[in-house]
Amino acid sequence: MKASTVISGRFDTKNSQSIETYRKDGGYETWSTVLDEKRDPDSLIDEVKASGLRGRGGAGFSTGMKWSFVPKQTDKPKYLCVNGDESEPGTFKDRQILEFDPHQLLEGVALTCYAVQAHTAYIYLRCEFKLGIATVKAAIKEAYEAGMFGKDIHGSGFDLDVSVTIGAGAYICGEETSLLNSIEGVRPYPRNKPPFPAVEGLFGCPTVINNVETIANIPHIIKNGAEWHTKLGCPEDPGSRLWGISGHVAKPRWVELETGYKLQDLIDGPCGGIRKGHTLKAIIPGGSSSKVLLPDQVARVTMDTPGIRAEGSSLGSAAIIVLDDSVCMVDAVLNLMKFYAHESCGQCTPCREGTPWVVQVLQRIHSGKGRTVDMDLLLDIAHNMEGRTVCALADGACWPLTSIVKKFRHEFEAKIVAAPSATSSKVASA
Amino acid sequence: MFPDELVAELEEIRSCFPVAKAAMVPVLRRVQEDRGWIDPEARDWVAEFLSVTKMEVHEVATFYPMLYTEPVGKHVIHVCRTLSCDVCGARELWAHLEKKLKVERGGTTEDGRFTLKSAECLASCGTAPVMLIDNERHENLSLAEVDKLLEATK
Repeated sequence: MKASTVISGRFDTKNSQSIETYRKDGGYETWSTVLDEKRDPDSLIDEVKASGLRGRGGAGFSTGMKWSFVPKQTDKPKYLCVNGDESEPGTFKDRQILEFDPHQLLEGVALTCYAVQAHTAYIYLRCEFKLGIATVKAAIKEAYEAGMFGKDIHGSGFDLDVSVTIGAGAYICGEETSLLNSIEGVRPYPRNKPPFPAVEGLFGCPTVINNVETIANIPHIIKNGAEWHTKLGCPEDPGSRLWGISGHVAKPRWVELETGYKLQDLIDGPCGGIRKGHTLKAIIPGGSSSKVLLPDQVARVTMDTPGIRAEGSSLGSAAIIVLDDSVCMVDAVLNLMKFYAHESCGQCTPCREGTPWVVQVLQRIHSGKGRTVDMDLLLDIAHNMEGRTVCALADGACWPLTSIVKKFRHEFEAKIVAAPSATSSKVASA
Repeated sequence: MFPDELVAELEEIRSCFPVAKAAMVPVLRRVQEDRGWIDPEARDWVAEFLSVTKMEVHEVATFYPMLYTEPVGKHVIHVCRTLSCDVCGARELWAHLEKKLKVERGGTTEDGRFTLKSAECLASCGTAPVMLIDNERHENLSLAEVDKLLEATK
């Protein structure tokens, strides 16, 4: 396990949010150099592609690849949208960047815009981030005043306008095409792909959408080079990430680590182990939309894309939710399914109807009125949601649901057998 | 309908976008800050301000949990109910607030001082349980701290 300070290195600096301290620490030097040397924008895309950086929002797609889909020759304006809607349950990493080192993000915004030749960037933040919004807005003002944004920056002829826009509490807006509709001021239903946003995104123009933490990595990669980045952590999925650990550990916290560490070491070390008097029951390793891991999987899994895939789950937004033996898994999955039912935008029938149906069935089991057919019913509903909708929200609901039903079937069965009505239900369904 | 100062602020928000409609959510949030909720009069004003129909504003306003199309109390409390908070004290927090304020989730106290709303994950999972009072975040809450916060929110 290798601790790292690529992203969080300045968080403890006094006035870390100010441009003054950021520049004192070498901030904006990369941006200035790129402009002064009139670097070929494509060389930045190549650098990021070669770095192996994967998006930090959840899907884990190659960032450089995403940028390379933006057409070079177009009469339309291009846009960058930074996704700071952070609302995947368990995730609290982007907030740290917004609140403690906003200029790192802004320099990343500038470099990304230059790479894809966009002249307008919107930083989309959920409105509940009152402090984050104020901090980023103040930083943008400073960056304009320092001549880092605006017209003809450093006499390079490159123009860049950056502003903050906000969401209003809808998880779905973290889905990239929903985010675009949210910015456009229409009901934020996700869009069908293709066309992909890189070709037809915001206002019908080529658009790059990247997560806050992804963009915060860019200044470091451009400064230190792709090769430097490929040497951090796991070679197939390199880099340094902010991991959020919540739930039943002695010390819930965020921590920056290179990929490729043992999850068990993180739990036992920096998190102080499972809280006193309890034992580990399960871990949801990548935000609530990832498949649950059992203790024996936790003991052997390495935290990088190949490692977590081998255990059938995903790294998602690097949000690790730890559940100990006090948790009833029927209760836990009911809690999560209420989330998806609430956040389903209602556009696609399988998700709109399926997520509340799942809640209903789980509530029935939880209240002791479950039927033996209910576990298979849950899997059947999931089967009819997964992959049958415009966006991945339904998939995100199905993954924890099916993995918990399968891995903790005994807990569901115990509730059903214990139910006074179980016998008669069995007869009725037979 | 609004003071010149606020209109100027809204115009500045609108100017950030190539089309006026794109200012919808930020403008509605700002209007709500001023009026407590998005009443029909405010909705109609925003429609005209952004050169869209009233229905287009309604479609957006009714989508988002943090835009209120019904009146709320003087102060709005959001308590996170999602998993990490749920297993780290949110249930006790909910029970305490419901009892103390004599109000159920979504309801407003009799004196109109507080509306108690449920929120989905507020991105403070490592510092659970968490709640917002008028969008101000309070983390690692003990019940005693909650009492103090309520006392201080006049």
